[in-house]
Amino acid sequence: MFELRDLYQQVIVDHNKSPRNFGKLEPFNHEADGYNPLCGDKLHIYLQVSDEGLIEGVSFEGEGCAISVASASLMTDAIKGTPVADFEQRFEAFQHMVTSDLAEEPDLDTLGKLAVLSGVREFPSRIKCASLCWHTLKSAVEDSHHVAKTE
Amino acid sequence: MFDIESVRKNFPILNQQIYGKPLVYLDNAATTQKPQSVIDAITHYYAHDNANVHRGVHALSERATKEYEITRKRIAHFFNARSESEVIFTRGTTEAINLIASSWGSSNIKAGDEVLITHMEHHSNIVPWQMLCERVGATLKVAPINDAGELIMEQFDALLCERTKLVGVVQMSNALGTINPVADIIHKAHAVGAVVVVDGAQAAAHMRVDLQALDADFYVTSAHKMYGPTGIGLLIGKEAILDAMPPYQGGGDMIRMVTFEKTEYNDLPYKFEAGTPNIAGTIGFGKAIEYIESIGFEAIEKREKELLAYATAQAEAFDGLRQIGTAREKACVLSFVLAGVHPHDLGTIVDREGVAIRAGHHCAMPVMQFFNVPATARASFSIYNTEAEVDTLFAALKKAQAIFA
Ligand SMILES: Cc1ncc(COP(=O)(O)O)c(C=O)c1O
Repeated sequence: MFELRDLYQQVIVDHNKSPRNFGKLEPFNHEADGYNPLCGDKLHIYLQVSDEGLIEGVSFEGEGCAISVASASLMTDAIKGTPVADFEQRFEAFQHMVTSDLAEEPDLDTLGKLAVLSGVREFPSRIKCASLCWHTLKSAVEDSHHVAKTE
Repeated sequence: MFDIESVRKNFPILNQQIYGKPLVYLDNAATTQKPQSVIDAITHYYAHDNANVHRGVHALSERATKEYEITRKRIAHFFNARSESEVIFTRGTTEAINLIASSWGSSNIKAGDEVLITHMEHHSNIVPWQMLCERVGATLKVAPINDAGELIMEQFDALLCERTKLVGVVQMSNALGTINPVADIIHKAHAVGAVVVVDGAQAAAHMRVDLQALDADFYVTSAHKMYGPTGIGLLIGKEAILDAMPPYQGGGDMIRMVTFEKTEYNDLPYKFEAGTPNIAGTIGFGKAIEYIESIGFEAIEKREKELLAYATAQAEAFDGLRQIGTAREKACVLSFVLAGVHPHDLGTIVDREGVAIRAGHHCAMPVMQFFNVPATARASFSIYNTEAEVDTLFAALKKAQAIFA
């Protein structure tokens, strides 16, 4: 049987306790809000994209459960220094991972460390906790000025 | 005598395993489980008596109508309403409040008037009044609460004035467990000429409600929090007030006579029951009330007090646990946050131990804002819960702490 430790792996517990890239980013040229009305998770993402299209910096503020904080922490770590043009693919790969069939192995090449979050598939009510930060970052990348939601 | 084992046997759903562990259902403030008698009554109705009410001359329709109306009588008696014509069936508490706001509110609340509620209301006793105030240009006033989650009566008194046309108050808070002094509130509100809506969604399963003694103008509740089915609830109002109110919805059953020029409305309570009602739900509601009566409020209150005291003692001794809501007068609800563990993680973790609790804002976001927490975990108790189940909850909390240690 799927165990709690598969969801709350040590990496996730650690990132929740000491999240990376937490706080306001200076300078930044994109930002967005994310909100999960069901559980009250709130997120603000700051993003600095260079003229060459490189994500030079990304950070987040807000409050949420361990899954949402760890997911934001891992996400910011993973995309810092990558081309913004690759974001869409990363986003899709992450979405796919958290909604795919349990039997499917996560795509480690694209996802790397993010694969520790694949455990949320077993906890349907928690999937949006993991994906809120990705939707928020997408809003920031697209400058959509809409509060990101997971529904 | 109260026999916990036989009470538990009345609720078939309790006898199951969740992830290989016995189910511990502690989400009773969200909805209670249903006794076999309620389940059987609904099945029996559909298997033997199903027909539309108030419109057929055939045997089934007469049977269905009889059951439906007997239930209304039983409910009137249960709440000590003045007569069964004061009992209006709705979809639940939410629809009942919207009915009052829409019908009574629109014809009685004007620009400059005030509606007074408390800081601990459920969204369903906030939003309809906000919408009404916006529509007519009235003002919504909120009586504050203290750190224990009790209404501050001096401030309530100070806010109550001749401009106050309506007071909305929850009898028992779903987020905090606080029991409000509604008799006192009603007395004071009447002194300034305001009418009072009592939200009994949480209270009605846990304490005797005597509407004539309370002198409540409007009382609302939901069957599903009283061991009855979802989708059925009620509004009980004073006949004189209901009589003067315009209908809420138009349609079948609420009319006496229709021409294209003019419609004559039906008498109470039918004036407010447009369309085919939830007949099976109503019959189930009646059985749920019969069930509560068979145990009796004396036994219910005694038992639930014991259980809350037992849980509270453990909560107080638990490292890192902060209770949200410590009113002197409270019942059945243990709302809390645990240092280092977010309520949602807690909800998921204890679920794997078979324990069902609620994590979130409990449809009372202003309460969360007051206590400056994003959410709380809430265990809420009922007559079928045991001390052993409380122990299982606290053992599961220990597990959650260990995961995040
Ligand atoms: C205090 C209180 N008021 C109102 C409601 C709304 O009840 P319903 O959703 O059944 O209409 C609830 C239910 O959660 C409640 O606890």
